[in-house]
Amino acid sequence: MSNLQVSVYRYNPETDSAPYMQEFQIDTQGRDLMVLNVLTMIKDQDSSLAFRRSCREGVCGSDGMNMNGKNGLACVTAVSEVIKDNKLVLRPLPGLPVMRDLVVDMGLFYKQYERMQPYLQNDTAAPAIERLQSPEDRDKLDGLYECILCACCSTACPSFWWNPDKFVGPAGLLQAYRFLADTRDNATQSRLAELEDPFSLFRCRGIMNCVAVCPKGLNPTRAIGKIREMLLSNAT
Amino acid sequence: MSTMRSLTFDAIIVGGGGSGLRAALELAKSGKKTAVLSKVFPTRSHTVSAQGGITCAIGSADPEDDWRWHMYDTVKGGDYIADQDAAEYLCSEGPKAVFELEHMGLPFSRFDNGRIYQRPFGGQSKDFGKGGQAARTCAAADRTGHALLHTLYQNNLKNNTVFLDEWYAVDLVTNADGDVVGCIALCIETGEIAHVKAKATVLATGGAGRIFASTTNALINTGDGIGMALRAGFPMQDMEMWQFHPTGIYGAGCLVTEGCRGEGGYLINKDGERFMERYAPNAKDLAGRDVVARAMVMEVLEGRGCGENGDHVMLKLDHLGEEVLMKRLPGIVELSKTFAHVDPVKEPIPVTPTCHYMMGGIPTNVNGQALAQDADGNDRIINGLFACGEAACVSVHGANRLGGNSLLDLVVFGRAAGIHIEKSLNEGVDYLEASQSDVDRAMARMSRWNDSNGGESVADLRAELQSIMQNAFGVFRQEDNMQEGVTKLAELRERIGNAHLGDKSNAFNTARVEALELDNLLEVAEATAIAALERKESRGAHSRYDYPDRDDVNWLKHSLFHPSNKTVTKREVNFTPKTVDTFEPKIRTY
Amino acid sequence: MVTNITNLGRSGLSDWLIQRVSAVVLAVYAVFMVAYLLFHPNLDYATWSGLFSQTWMRIFSLLAFISMAAHAWVGLWTVSTDYLKHTGARFAFQAVVIFAIFVFLVWGVQVLWGA
Repeated sequence: MSNLQVSVYRYNPETDSAPYMQEFQIDTQGRDLMVLNVLTMIKDQDSSLAFRRSCREGVCGSDGMNMNGKNGLACVTAVSEVIKDNKLVLRPLPGLPVMRDLVVDMGLFYKQYERMQPYLQNDTAAPAIERLQSPEDRDKLDGLYECILCACCSTACPSFWWNPDKFVGPAGLLQAYRFLADTRDNATQSRLAELEDPFSLFRCRGIMNCVAVCPKGLNPTRAIGKIREMLLSNAT
Repeated sequence: MSTMRSLTFDAIIVGGGGSGLRAALELAKSGKKTAVLSKVFPTRSHTVSAQGGITCAIGSADPEDDWRWHMYDTVKGGDYIADQDAAEYLCSEGPKAVFELEHMGLPFSRFDNGRIYQRPFGGQSKDFGKGGQAARTCAAADRTGHALLHTLYQNNLKNNTVFLDEWYAVDLVTNADGDVVGCIALCIETGEIAHVKAKATVLATGGAGRIFASTTNALINTGDGIGMALRAGFPMQDMEMWQFHPTGIYGAGCLVTEGCRGEGGYLINKDGERFMERYAPNAKDLAGRDVVARAMVMEVLEGRGCGENGDHVMLKLDHLGEEVLMKRLPGIVELSKTFAHVDPVKEPIPVTPTCHYMMGGIPTNVNGQALAQDADGNDRIINGLFACGEAACVSVHGANRLGGNSLLDLVVFGRAAGIHIEKSLNEGVDYLEASQSDVDRAMARMSRWNDSNGGESVADLRAELQSIMQNAFGVFRQEDNMQEGVTKLAELRERIGNAHLGDKSNAFNTARVEALELDNLLEVAEATAIAALERKESRGAHSRYDYPDRDDVNWLKHSLFHPSNKTVTKREVNFTPKTVDTFEPKIRTY
Repeated sequence: MVTNITNLGRSGLSDWLIQRVSAVVLAVYAVFMVAYLLFHPNLDYATWSGLFSQTWMRIFSLLAFISMAAHAWVGLWTVSTDYLKHTGARFAFQAVVIFAIFVFLVWGVQVLWGA
């Protein structure tokens, strides 16, 4: 059986009063395609389907979406990994406004990222060569700097759904810790101060949805715990 | 279009990859009103896919390392048509640019002494080729491009650069004097079209690997800047020079390391024959990349390709056994399971020579200023137009780029363009305002698609274009094939001119973007095809059956493709670096 | 716009700490109560009253009541800021919660030191 049944969330703000699910039949010729390939095949039939894509190998973070209920990257997720009851169900990332079809408005997500001042801050004069950093100190950045900003984690987080304007979300907090953990950064106090209120970080309830969906295998919950430790030892 | 909104900047940078962001950073720091216009959110740009590192003589692995040795390797690697003043600038300014990245926070891997980790890469030598292998590629694990792109984006946030994310540049606006004074751009989210006015327009639009059916490039690499410049009538340099890799996964394009063949794997055709024995009886599958790629193309052209379309061959590894594969090539096992849906323990991997990098592009000087050629064959600076990164041809890569030099190219020449633009803005550079007819001219293409009713689909035409390029302008080329390709492209131009945009809606209409991209793919493909046909020699990445040797007498030159009459002229290669002696052309052996 | 003007310490860290410390107190109190009831299967009024007439038990109970009040306030304030997006409704809910907690706390003190 090479016919794949695909159900895709459709919404064009110019013509549709409400979103709806559209059914497609795709001839996979028996292959286990990536979800992105399936979308491309649908787009060849119906060019009006909108979705983002770029690198198609899981490093650019464009094609985060909800596949049969779970967030992930369409380009590195095989249909067989997610399909349920012989049907592939594709929806946009939950919790963000839909611009069209599978394209969501990432504005709030990026805004929280920017709020974390995601750049190295060091007010000492830079040397003529690089700043030195031991391999051990550099290892502390592993599992943090690899984030591709796909938003799979933050849009799987109920705390982010309820307060996307105030809770930074797992992706932003992972980046906050990436700079807190960098021995070359000396803005620790101002970074921590930014996170002390009841919303920015403390809305994390530790349910680890972010860890379950991260396509790069990163662990924002652990990073959030580390920041909380830093806040605590700073305040007591 | 009288209601079209105007956006005015000192400088507009088209493209949010490594070179665009580096140029933007320089200008944002200087306080100039700068915007980065990118069709994807900047960290989705193709720079993010670079893995190995950034090659630069920072003297970390070897304190004695010298940028002149790096320059020698670069010039030799480019088969002597790299401009030596440009290579000199690249390699001597490189360390400064790399240290800047580190100071910005790029998480480089480290040696025990705390300095940046450097690894050996192909084509690297010490002491001008006489001192053995060098280790000159600075790395952040195997994610250097990702780390570099994110670091640059972050520092642009720090410096308040204006971003026009998910805006698509359609065409350049040129004034009555022929100066570039901005572009027409489409806001993808809303469908709004705006006239972006700027005293400097920087094309940092990256490569165009998507002209080929098989490429390691991202889906967004459609040569938009090249297309825009060609439509504005500006020439392209060395467009025949495309770097290929023999074993990319068929369909997906992901690279499969040469190490597979090193471990004893070999290529087979549809009859299961180990065909490399016929092409290279001694080295067989471990012959040079160009020889192997050429043999693969021959098998396909002679009807012995595999698959429904007979357009690829297979890399057989299963005879090595599971233990060897899991021990020596676990990454390849995983990659081919993910992207080829085959387990190499049991089945061969479908592979095809895969387009990787465009050495050619918009000719520029070391300041990023785009160049044209006057009637006497002299360089002429195009006012208001700049290019950097893969879209530009400075030329530091000549006929073949060395690994790790692309990331260095991005930051060195992105920075150089920014510095120069700042300087000329401070000097009060100004050009004639564009007239309504100038703007209308730049809008013509967009209007054509919007008014189309009926015609062939974009997806079908794109597939056909990619197939033509793959078959006639792949790794190995010859007159008759290329001639046929040029003819087919001319026919395709007619058909694309009558193609149909079915979806005319405004909100996030990716069908419209893909239609506009198709025009650019065609421009790049045509420039490549005609330049390749014209260069009657084999040099670097450009290899011809009918002219198998390098011809320094006639072709120690850049090719320059002129879109107005679709002809190719020659341009002198620079052999006069400022601080070192000229590297004279020699037979290129490693 | 949800603001944090109505939360307890206006610091997520102190809220978080209060939540955890009060939870520990409540857990200890609950374990004590369950154990006490298990060890007194035929509990009568005199024994029960005797327990609560001791000063340490009154202090322990008051600590538990205060912990309960703090824990409930932090928790319900969080719930209200998650789910009640209408400012008026959220403020009304918070007012009711504060009033109820206050009443229960005063009543608790009265029970412990009264009659």
